[in-house]
Amino acid sequence: MTQPLLDVRGIAKFYGARIGCADVSFDLWPGEVMGIVGESGSGKSTLLNCIAGHLEPDAGEVFFDTRVDGMKDTLLMSEPERRILSRTDWAFVHQNARDGLRMIVSAGGNVGERLMAVGARHYGDIRARAIDWLGRVEISESRIDDRPTAFSGGMQQRLQIARNLVTGPRLVFMDEPTGGLDVSVQARLLDLLRSLVREMGLSAIIVTHDLAVVRLLADRLMVMKDGRVVEAGLTDQVLDDPQHAYTQLLVSSVLQV
Amino acid sequence: MSEYNFAYLDEQTKRMIRRSILKGLAIPGYQVPFASREMPMPYGWGTGGVQVSAATLTPDDTLKVIDQGADDTTNAISIRKFFQKTAGVNVTEKTAEASLIQTRHRIPEVTLREDQILVYQVPIPEPLRFLEPSEVETRKMHALEEYGLMHVKLYEDISKHGAIATSYAYPVRVEGRYVMDPSPIPKFDNPKMEMAAVQLFGAGREQRIYALPPYTEVISLDFEDYPFEASKADHACDLCGAENSYLDEVIIDDQGGRIFVCSDTDFCTSRQDQTKEEAA
Repeated sequence: MTQPLLDVRGIAKFYGARIGCADVSFDLWPGEVMGIVGESGSGKSTLLNCIAGHLEPDAGEVFFDTRVDGMKDTLLMSEPERRILSRTDWAFVHQNARDGLRMIVSAGGNVGERLMAVGARHYGDIRARAIDWLGRVEISESRIDDRPTAFSGGMQQRLQIARNLVTGPRLVFMDEPTGGLDVSVQARLLDLLRSLVREMGLSAIIVTHDLAVVRLLADRLMVMKDGRVVEAGLTDQVLDDPQHAYTQLLVSSVLQV
Repeated sequence: MSEYNFAYLDEQTKRMIRRSILKGLAIPGYQVPFASREMPMPYGWGTGGVQVSAATLTPDDTLKVIDQGADDTTNAISIRKFFQKTAGVNVTEKTAEASLIQTRHRIPEVTLREDQILVYQVPIPEPLRFLEPSEVETRKMHALEEYGLMHVKLYEDISKHGAIATSYAYPVRVEGRYVMDPSPIPKFDNPKMEMAAVQLFGAGREQRIYALPPYTEVISLDFEDYPFEASKADHACDLCGAENSYLDEVIIDDQGGRIFVCSDTDFCTSRQDQTKEEAA
């Protein structure tokens, strides 16, 4: 492990004269989970979408340690190359499960799609792996032929995670994975995510406004405000001893039950 | 005859369509956009096929039109009369005598030759449409050969019905490149698409033309453990006795009596004629 998995340098995205995000640099090592927190409109989703290739940044470089060619700037890759990457080594978990699932396709088909996209052509194998993954995200095997429309919000989110992880990606982008779920469902989902990340040795970038989520999942933390990173460091260090005034405000704003 | 330009369309339109046909032949299976014209018939009645036929016909051609294999149904008769009136070409019901065959939803049973052209009427040319509604996205998927989704459809079939239940418009892959909708022909006809004749596909409402040159490799998609099967009704034709032709099931009385007959009327009648001759 001599080099990072992901090396982000000087990412900037402008919406006209407004700053989406500016001058963001960081690296991510294999097996590491990076949290990005900040209030709404602070540019964290813009940043995530720029890194994941959904938005084209106006400046910067995103180097990824590809299996074949080593470190490579994903922003300079051809579109087919980037799309292959995004369905093999990368995964993206959307805040709203409807954005990441095919709602008219059964749960098994949703999980199997990525396998078929990379060339799986044996129905029995695809189905066995779909069943295996539904089990891992605690969805009963009997629901495999049901459509996601018949699932609860928490189940849809777990299905989305299964669908993303089935091809064994190395880097997972998560945009508010627990947003819109009630707290008990959130807790189970976080538990699940934590064990999957540990088991599979995944690297992940998690964008959230929920400090409890990063406390549980993230090794390192970046705090964003107005499109810029105002503080970065180990999660516990940043949350227990915030240095920047905005981080102090953020930490002190958490409601205590 | 002088009221119409030859084959109804004006010469510039025919040139435009021929350019699309040539491009389609150069890139087998690729859907070429073309400026589809209004035709004197409703969409869904073969406006695409008619335009392709009009651009392909010459005064020396002999035209045959079939609808679900039959020469004597409304759609087939009206299109045949249309070209008799506007192009004055010879028409026939005999597959072997035709140089251009326009078809809706069937391939004739008789093997076609190199000097024949088969024109298909296509309602929805995009095989990925029902899973991906965005045209922008499906064109990107074709460009990047991202065809995993096509197998998702077959997967859904098996998980719901225990077998690939798609029985018509069964998706094919052309020359290892483009995934193509073969128009709603029964999957029984899919293996016949590797043929000697030129095959042209016209979708009028959707404004797309695509094509298969002679002897193009056409492979029906499937799973290793659920291989493609060219199925038909497990029966022989009750009129001509053929065991290898595609059959229609026809209800013949109010008591639920039914017979199976060849859907290809020319094939069936010529076999019946032959039997009569042999008997005489």
